[in-house]
Amino acid sequence: MAKGQIVAGCLAPHPPHLVYADNPPQNEAYSEGGWETLRWGYQRLARKLKNIDYDAIVIFTPHWQTYIGTHFLGLPEFSSKSVDPVFPNLFRYNYDLKVDVELSEAMRDAASDQGIITKMMRNPDFRVDYGTITSCHLLNPEWDKPIVTISSNRNTHYYSPEVMVEQATALGHACAKAIEDSGKRVVLVASHSLSHRHFVEEAPLPEDMSREHIYNHSQYVWDMKIIEMMRDGKSREVIDIMPEFTEQTIAETEGGGLIWMLGAMGFPDFPAEIYGYQSVIGTGNVIACWDPNDETREYVL
Amino acid sequence: MSESNEPEILFGIYCPPHPQPLLSPNANEGYARLRAAYDECRKRIEENEVDIILVYSTTWPSIIGHQIQALEKAVWTHVDDDFHYLGSMPYEFWMDTEFAHTMRDNCEKRGLEARTVEYEGFPIDTGAVVALQLLNPDNRIPACIISSNMYANRAETIVLGKAARDTLVEQGKKAVVVVVSSLSNRMFTEHIDPVEDRIHSQKDDDWNRKILEFFGDGRLEDLSQLSRDIHGQIRVQKVVAYKPAWWMAATMGQHNNYEGEVLAYEALHGSGGAVITLTPSSVSVGDKEFDEDDVEVYRGDRNVLDKGMLE
Repeated sequence: MAKGQIVAGCLAPHPPHLVYADNPPQNEAYSEGGWETLRWGYQRLARKLKNIDYDAIVIFTPHWQTYIGTHFLGLPEFSSKSVDPVFPNLFRYNYDLKVDVELSEAMRDAASDQGIITKMMRNPDFRVDYGTITSCHLLNPEWDKPIVTISSNRNTHYYSPEVMVEQATALGHACAKAIEDSGKRVVLVASHSLSHRHFVEEAPLPEDMSREHIYNHSQYVWDMKIIEMMRDGKSREVIDIMPEFTEQTIAETEGGGLIWMLGAMGFPDFPAEIYGYQSVIGTGNVIACWDPNDETREYVL
Repeated sequence: MSESNEPEILFGIYCPPHPQPLLSPNANEGYARLRAAYDECRKRIEENEVDIILVYSTTWPSIIGHQIQALEKAVWTHVDDDFHYLGSMPYEFWMDTEFAHTMRDNCEKRGLEARTVEYEGFPIDTGAVVALQLLNPDNRIPACIISSNMYANRAETIVLGKAARDTLVEQGKKAVVVVVSSLSNRMFTEHIDPVEDRIHSQKDDDWNRKILEFFGDGRLEDLSQLSRDIHGQIRVQKVVAYKPAWWMAATMGQHNNYEGEVLAYEALHGSGGAVITLTPSSVSVGDKEFDEDDVEVYRGDRNVLDKGMLE
């Protein structure tokens, strides 16, 4: 059996606004559009992924928050309605997805072997979080690949951002080992924003783009610093600066997704492809992809 | 419409959000005692003519202001993110939609951003599900659930409580006020044998017992004033502040005139879980010196950076 490999790593923010703006048939809410910079970026990245041969998407989400270890989806199918608890007016999405349980269990076993506290989630009534649904829908609207969702163990809050770097990196290494042993070709997804301070009021028409801007300039400057380092292939430096970035911008990197993904990819020193940056209700969001293939890696934006 | 400016609050309940008392009460003697305490509260609710159960849940975070559950019949099967292996929680709750809409209006009158949520399948949080399943299993009494805004601090939370109070007065409803929150909230970060459950640390236990002493004496306003200390000492810093005592005091009345009763205090995977009742009375104990504003209308957080700058 050939060695498995990570064929791409995507930083894929999950504001439900983006699905709402797309008006897919699965979502009950209707919009007049909005947030095109991100949506068009997502569409371009989705087209790239269509041209990559892969078996499964493994996604790390901060909206499945676990305090007792890291949990993995452990049933082959989930079908239900995902209603965003914060933006239920925008996101009521009927999903029907498949899970690569074999890969999920392999990653759980590898993590457990490394001393990481883990748990398989095998309750059929479990509702898959909206971060998973949003990022996966935007990257693969056809839902024709199985996924594995990994929960966010809340190390930043329980300990510190530095502990999160250590723990999520270790989890990334374990997942990479399991992927290699599986023989599968896998797309990794870190589902989150960068700076993450929200406005606490919403425009009467949520997609009114005349109202959309970053929460404050400090958040913007920090986001740009991180994106610049991504462009320069300085992923190790991104992680080194992450504790400060997380604290200064209340960043959603606190969930550990990007650390996990870059750790699994061995902290790549090649440039990230940047597909778009835009604010959503004040938060900073970048769509980025790390393509380890020198021949297909692009300079997108 | 009540002729008094005082709402008729029969009693308040402070209870934990964890699902063990609902799903696995026999896994540990402490869980069973918490379950018995919930059952006692349920009995007291049944013995009174209660018009509404008003729930403030710390496990329902909101961002766009304050959200108020208004779907008349909320039906779903909930599963907890961490404790999914304990089982599912099917529920069917009846909400007081009239109260919810008036509460929203009263929030807005006091300067708060607020909205009702009325969506089939809305994910009611573990804490609210556990509380309503155990306190009102037959749905005899309509409920209203209020979110905990993740950015809200003291002024906003106090005003939210006052808006609830306005609504109770306006509608003349007899209420039981329920706050769903742990005391210390640090859980063990590994899976444990429930039989061996205990409070995570001696410090957490000491603080919990001090808080329970205050609750037992009916010193709700004193606890409200101590909220920032409590947050710093025994709360994992997930949100900006420990808010439940602020909301509870603002809703029930910002004083210490209560009869407090601690029905149970036990560990829930390391966190401090207590079921406590506070019944309004004429006895006041040990008022502290209150040194923060009593805010009536929310006009935003004070922006100290704008003050004292050179022109």
